[in-house]
Amino acid sequence: MEGAVAPSGLEVDLTIRRSDLFQLRLDLVIPAGTTVALLGPNGAGKSTAVAAIAGLLPIDAGLITLNGVVLDDPRSDVFVPADERSVGVVFQDYLLFPHLSVLENVAFGLRTRRMPREQALARTRNWLERLGLGSLERRKPGDLSGGQAQRVALARALVTEPDLLLLDEPLSALDVTTRTELRHTLAEHLDAFAGPRLLITHDPTEAFLLGDDIHVIENGAVTQSGTADDIRLRPRTQYAADLAGANLISGTASAGRVDTGSQTVRIADDEINGAVLLTIHPTAISIHNDRIGGSPRNSWRTTVERVELLGTRVRLRTGQPLQLTVELTEAARAEMALTTGSTVWVAVKATEIGVQADHVETGADDRAVDAVPGPTA
Amino acid sequence: MSPRSARRRSGVGRLPSLLIVLGCLGLALFVVPLAGLLGRVPWSDLPELLTSDVVTDALRLSLIASVSATAISLVVGVPLAWLLARVEFWGRSLVRGIVTLPLVLPPVVGGAALLFALGRRGLVGEPIGELTGLLLPFSTWGVIVATTFVAMPFLVITVEGALRNMDLRFEGAAATLGAKRWTVMRRVTMPMIAPSLVAGLVLTWARAFGEFGATVTFAGNLQGRTQTLPLAVFVALESERDTAVAISLLMVVVSLVVLIALKDRWWKAL
Repeated sequence: MEGAVAPSGLEVDLTIRRSDLFQLRLDLVIPAGTTVALLGPNGAGKSTAVAAIAGLLPIDAGLITLNGVVLDDPRSDVFVPADERSVGVVFQDYLLFPHLSVLENVAFGLRTRRMPREQALARTRNWLERLGLGSLERRKPGDLSGGQAQRVALARALVTEPDLLLLDEPLSALDVTTRTELRHTLAEHLDAFAGPRLLITHDPTEAFLLGDDIHVIENGAVTQSGTADDIRLRPRTQYAADLAGANLISGTASAGRVDTGSQTVRIADDEINGAVLLTIHPTAISIHNDRIGGSPRNSWRTTVERVELLGTRVRLRTGQPLQLTVELTEAARAEMALTTGSTVWVAVKATEIGVQADHVETGADDRAVDAVPGPTA
Repeated sequence: MSPRSARRRSGVGRLPSLLIVLGCLGLALFVVPLAGLLGRVPWSDLPELLTSDVVTDALRLSLIASVSATAISLVVGVPLAWLLARVEFWGRSLVRGIVTLPLVLPPVVGGAALLFALGRRGLVGEPIGELTGLLLPFSTWGVIVATTFVAMPFLVITVEGALRNMDLRFEGAAATLGAKRWTVMRRVTMPMIAPSLVAGLVLTWARAFGEFGATVTFAGNLQGRTQTLPLAVFVALESERDTAVAISLLMVVVSLVVLIALKDRWWKAL
């Protein structure tokens, strides 16, 4: 094998054309012992990526290798089918075989690989015990709760000791309480799994908590990669900003000022020049009835366009010249008697504004810029 | 129960009486002939009539033909259904049309077509006859072929529908667990469509058991060789009406037992 192929881990560089309208481009490296989260909205191409890596869908171009072994390479016409790959998959909706018991479901992968029956059952029972499913082995999937089914699916994926673990929306079918509980179970088992792990999710909490590295995927392409903090604090697209709850503004920087087209904003960094992306957290913005002076603050007059109650907190949407989402306490809102249509002064400290150069990154930057102008995605 | 509580119980208002009347009228169409038949049964002579050579020969032949037709349908009809459901090929609609044609074609026409194809001077029948000496028309094999021709479409359309409605992702899941194509078929696909398969087999058997037109046209009407129960009824109606009634009763009882044994879940799978 030529080139620098990692000795252990998954390397994916793929293009899949599903139709004239949809194409998936993905470039990932997952070292052994690392969890990469692929975070994106429905229809972004996440499940297509799972199918390709699992061997259920050949790629159109690129290369997939696992621990240095080529799994899919259209150029040299190599395609290892799903049943010959050592990949454990927890599918969306789990896809437990409805006609088989919990025991038979989990033992399925061992029996197809010709492990003797007694040995397969012993190993299966061991995994069922580990996941707290020992008493359920005779049940059919239809008689399991969502949380139990999720653990059965996890056991079925892990029992064959695969080289790679794929999890496609593993928690999305669960109610909120069960989800929180199982997120911990999942975290433990991800940590215990020695190989590379790929988590597909549309839930930022899941991605932020379980992923060592996060790739944000939109419309078939990765729009941002980084750690949870990178995505949260420095989102590069409207989608990522919405996930993090931050305001995202594009503009042109020059000598500590950014022209957004409708407003000039002061920033703390006066070195940066050219195209930039600004992030302002909703709690970093203050609202006042009158103009306030002093300190390097940005301040302008606007109207309240929308008021949204979130328990003891309130989220406001302000109007032109710069539309922002602002979060404050309900007490503060009541004191200022803010309602839709109120005229207010908005203030943001320059030091509270995140600034990053809007340079080209991972070849997907055109999407990032596309996604910026609209106030709502 | 007052009308008010009836309304509350069903949630959608009172049972509409017009529907009840029309539904009962529809039911009458099935029940009245059955009653007519039962009214004519010579109960005291029944044991003797049913043990006559004509009847036992015909019953044996009917069972052989219907069970064989069902078995052949299982062996070749399921793969055909799978191809129609899963493989995209040019002319698939045409093939599906041809397969389902026997459902709408008068069985006599089917029998005639079989005769032209498999008869002594037929397209395929002649070479087969010369090579093996096997002559399908007027033989028990001919009865089985004619019966299969008429009954197999029931299995094919039922199984094809089930294969189409099945969530293909289960097969993918099995593949990621190391299952080869054949194992996927045996351990996942077939068990998952089992209710439809059973329903299709029972329907196929029931249609085969009652087959008349194609059999009489293609295989003739020879007692002990090609005369099945429906044919025996037809012959007996001319001369021995009591025998005809006795055979008819026998067919009604056998068919009803099988159809009632079809559990609800299998009906649902249709």
